[in-house]
Formats: sequence, structure tokens, C-alpha cells
Amino acid sequence: MFILITGLLLGGTYALIALGLNLQYGVARIMNLANGELLVAGGFAAFWAYTAAQVSPVAALLLVAPIAFAVNWLIYRLMLQPLVSRAKSRGALEVDSILATFGMSFALVGIMTALFGGGYFNYAYLAQPVDIFGSSYAQNRLVAFLLAALIGIGLWLWLSYTRAGLRLRALAVNPASARLVGIDTRAASAQAFALGGAVTAVGGALISMFFTLDASVGVLFTMKALIIVIMGGVGDIRGTIVAAMILGICETAVARLIDPGLTLAAAYVLFLGILLFRPQGLFGKKPT
Amino acid sequence: MSGQEFIKALPWIALVVLAAFVPVTFSPYWLSMATTMAMFVVLATSWALFSGPTHYISLATAAFFGVGTFVTGLGFQTLPFWMLPLIAAALGGILAALVGMVTLRLSGVYFVIFTLGLAELVRQVVTWVQNQTGQRGMYVLTSITEKDIYWMLLGLAALVYLAGWLIGRSKLGFALRIIGNDETVARHVGIDTALAKVALFTIPGMAAAAVGAILAPRYIYIEPSTAFAPLLSFQVVIMALLGGTGRLWGPLAGVIPFTLLWEFITRQAPNQTLLLLGIVFLLIVYVLPGGFVGLWARIRRRWHQGGDA
Repeated sequence: MFILITGLLLGGTYALIALGLNLQYGVARIMNLANGELLVAGGFAAFWAYTAAQVSPVAALLLVAPIAFAVNWLIYRLMLQPLVSRAKSRGALEVDSILATFGMSFALVGIMTALFGGGYFNYAYLAQPVDIFGSSYAQNRLVAFLLAALIGIGLWLWLSYTRAGLRLRALAVNPASARLVGIDTRAASAQAFALGGAVTAVGGALISMFFTLDASVGVLFTMKALIIVIMGGVGDIRGTIVAAMILGICETAVARLIDPGLTLAAAYVLFLGILLFRPQGLFGKKPT
Repeated sequence: MSGQEFIKALPWIALVVLAAFVPVTFSPYWLSMATTMAMFVVLATSWALFSGPTHYISLATAAFFGVGTFVTGLGFQTLPFWMLPLIAAALGGILAALVGMVTLRLSGVYFVIFTLGLAELVRQVVTWVQNQTGQRGMYVLTSITEKDIYWMLLGLAALVYLAGWLIGRSKLGFALRIIGNDETVARHVGIDTALAKVALFTIPGMAAAAVGAILAPRYIYIEPSTAFAPLLSFQVVIMALLGGTGRLWGPLAGVIPFTLLWEFITRQAPNQTLLLLGIVFLLIVYVLPGGFVGLWARIRRRWHQGGDA
């Protein structure tokens, strides 16, 4: 029971991060390997707000989200759009965007190390325990989970029931047809990329409440988010959430029962299973 | 080999022979530099043999390399040293074939992601096994000198070039060029695309593991976190792409300037190496697509056009 609940709490934040990546890859078609670094930047911002200005991380979200949105929008417009326009095929764009975002991720690690140093950082926010079903959990994990769930539901409602959300879903299904029905694909792609980046940064701020971060840990989160997105299926919100929960529970189980040093190995076992048996994702249809 | 081909190969053979004299003519500092370069020449050239024609970006180098160093670490006391690179190459080839069989049937993104975490995965497993058996790092104390390492790497580099040249003129090389241009076409003309890619991917796997085995004595002390450092994979990718993957000499053209630059930066500003790596990545994508090989081709084209007009 303890493993199940801890895993679910962890999976909630994972789901949010993976949703961000899924928006960027599923809608804007950019495989963003600098995703984890943006997450760490979001965590840094929350840390800084809490220790320097005594702003609670929850309030800091109101600041982190718009800034991350703007930064990611600029990244897309200035750095990624040229690649999109020059790419001859989807494959060429994929290779270019992978290399470009690798470059960004290394540059960001370099910049963050220069700004904050190479050490670990964490802060104690709501570190008191609460009791659920007889075991105790840290309050900050619970708060992070609830906020992640709230934002995730909000995002899902927005995508499902608004006109702007419909535009992004159309783009995800087929960019060429989306243009035919009068969608400005460039603007919509930039919007999706920026939104994805904002969601990821918010996820980072939430994670920093209970997880010790350092400047170079981003790639680990990129890896996990990628595995979740592939497991859940590209562009599939429901699949992403289920996959994130599975990963959260699996990791917690392995860390508790076998060895905390094997969490990535646990993620890989899941990844292998998906690659071998369901490369189209948990709920995906077989490509014809 | 026809007479004409032999004449074409002659400068390369001469280059290898010249390179063999580095240890006896230069200072130990430059020998150590040359060894690092030789190591990256083998890694980047074998990387480009696979990734050049197929456009799959492999980040598995560090995993193969680490496996190689551990082969030496575990076996150097009981086995003759010349056997270790061979065993490492066999293991590296098997690991590459397994990874390839899982991922190369699918699109390139899966492959990149899988190899991205591979070194970390192997490191976690090795660390865990070591914890279970109560073993920590290993000392590799041998009578092998830097000179021996350099010569072995040079021999390996010559082998990789030979392999690249042979593949280029073989049916496999032809098939791979078709796959790189259009995989659907390749499948329709009856090429077993997955098999061809897996077969080719074993080459960088074997080469990187052999390099790891040869270089292990240089490190003296081996532990998982240094043997499987993921940074190595990225350095190899960047050098190969900086040089360009279209030609066999491309990676060499990337390795030499980048190694010198890297050495300079690590001395002047050791904290900025990652920033440098990121900037070079971005430069390649935005300014130098195709690397020096692409640049050379563009200059030659312009030169010829200028001659016509």
C-alpha cells in the first residue's frame, strides 16, 4: 500500500512533465531533448523564490508558468522554426531538432552551473508528515500531486472543449489537413511548444518541493518523460497519465524492494517491453 | 584491389606509417594528446560508418566503451593482454546486436532515446552487481605504456578505415545508401533493412568496446561512474558531425580541431566545457550542416562553377 500510494504521488508529477513533452512532440513535432533542463530551470526558480524572497512554491508557479511560456515561445520562433522550414521530410526535421535541442540542453546545463554552481539544492517546504491508511507521507508530495492533477485536468478540459484546444488537436492529427481548414500551423505549433514548455517548468517547480535537484540532473527527467510518452502513445493524454502512474509505481517498488540505484533500470524494463510488444503505445492502434 | 585503387590508397597508408612515428619523435605531452586523438578517431569513424548512411544518431558509445574497460579490469590478471580487446569486441558486438534488434525495426527516435540511457542503465546494473558482491572499483596495473596503447589504437584505426572502405564497395554498403535515401524504396527492392542496420551497428559496438579494453590501463583505477561516463557518447557524436559523415576522412577532420579546442577549454575554464559542447552542437545544426565534408563539397562546387563562367 505504501509503495502504491508513493508511486501514484510520484506518477502524478511525472504525468505533468510527460504531458508537456507530449505537447511539444505530439503537436509541434519537435523532439525536445532539452525538456529536462527546462524542468530543472523551473525547479531552480521555485527554489530561488522560496529561499531568497520567502515566496511559497505554489505562488511561484504563477510566475514560473508565464515566464516559461514566453521563453519557450521564443525558442520555438527563433531556433526551431528555421529548422521546420528547411526540413525536407519528417525524418530530417527529427534529426535536426534532436541535435539542436541536445545543443540547447548542454548550453543550459553550462549556464545553470555557472549561475548556481554544481552542487545539489533543496529546501524544506511543508515537510511535515500526514497519515493516509496508516502510513505517513510528506505533505509536500501530496500538495505536488494535487496541483499536478489540477493542472492536468485543466489542460485536458482546455484541449477537449475549447476552440484553441481543438486547433491543437487537429494539428496533432495531421498538420497538412489542419492547414486546409484554415489553421495557422506555425502559430499553433509555437503555441503548443510554449505551452508544453510551461507545463514542464511547472512540473519542475512541483518536483523541487520534494526532490533534490542539481544542474545536470535534467537528462534523467528527459529520459523518463520520453519513456512515458512512448509508453502512453504520442499525442494520447489518457495513455500518458496511465503510463506515468505505472512508471511511478514501478520505480518506487524497485527502489523500495531491490535497490534505489536501479530506478532507471526499472524504467528501461518497461521501455523494452513496450518496444517489443506495443511500439504504438499502450492504447495506440496498430499502424496499417 | 586494382592498381588505380592502390594509388588512391597510398596517401592513407603513408599517413598511418607517419602517425606511427609520433611516440618516438614527440614529447610525452603530445603523445598523450595523440593517444586521445587516436581513441576518438576510432570511435568517431566507426560511429560515422553506421550513423552516416542510416541517419540514426547513436549515443551508445559510452556503454560499449565501459563494457570494454571492464573486460580488461576483470581479465588482465588471468589472460594475455592481446586477447582482451578481442573479447571486448565480441561482447560489444553482441550488445550492439541486441540493442539493434530491439530498436532498429522502429523509427529513429526510439533508437536515440534507447541509446541515450543505455550507458546509465549498464552503469546502474554494474554498480548494483558490485554492491551485491561487495566489490568496489578495480586497479588495472600493467606494464603497458602509453606508447603501446597508442600503437594499438593506431592499428585499430587502420582496421576501422579498412572496414569502412570494404563496406563502401560491398553490397551491404550499397544497400545502406539506399536505406539512407529512402527506407520504403529499400524495402520494396527486397532489402532486409532491419538486418542490414543491425549488422552495421555491430561495427561501432565492437570498435568502441575494443577501444575501452585497450585504454583501461591508462586509467589505472576503474569504477562504473568513470567507465560509463555518458559525456563520451556526445563527444563522439559532435566530432563525427563536425567533420562530416559523408566521407571516410570526415570524422578525422572533426577529431583533430575539437580535441585541441577541448583541451584548451578544460585548461582555461574547466566549468565551461558543457557550454562549449552545446554551442558546437548548435553551430553544426545552424551553420555547418554536413560538417567540414559538406563545407568542402560546397567550396569545390563553387570553385568549379567559377571556372566555367
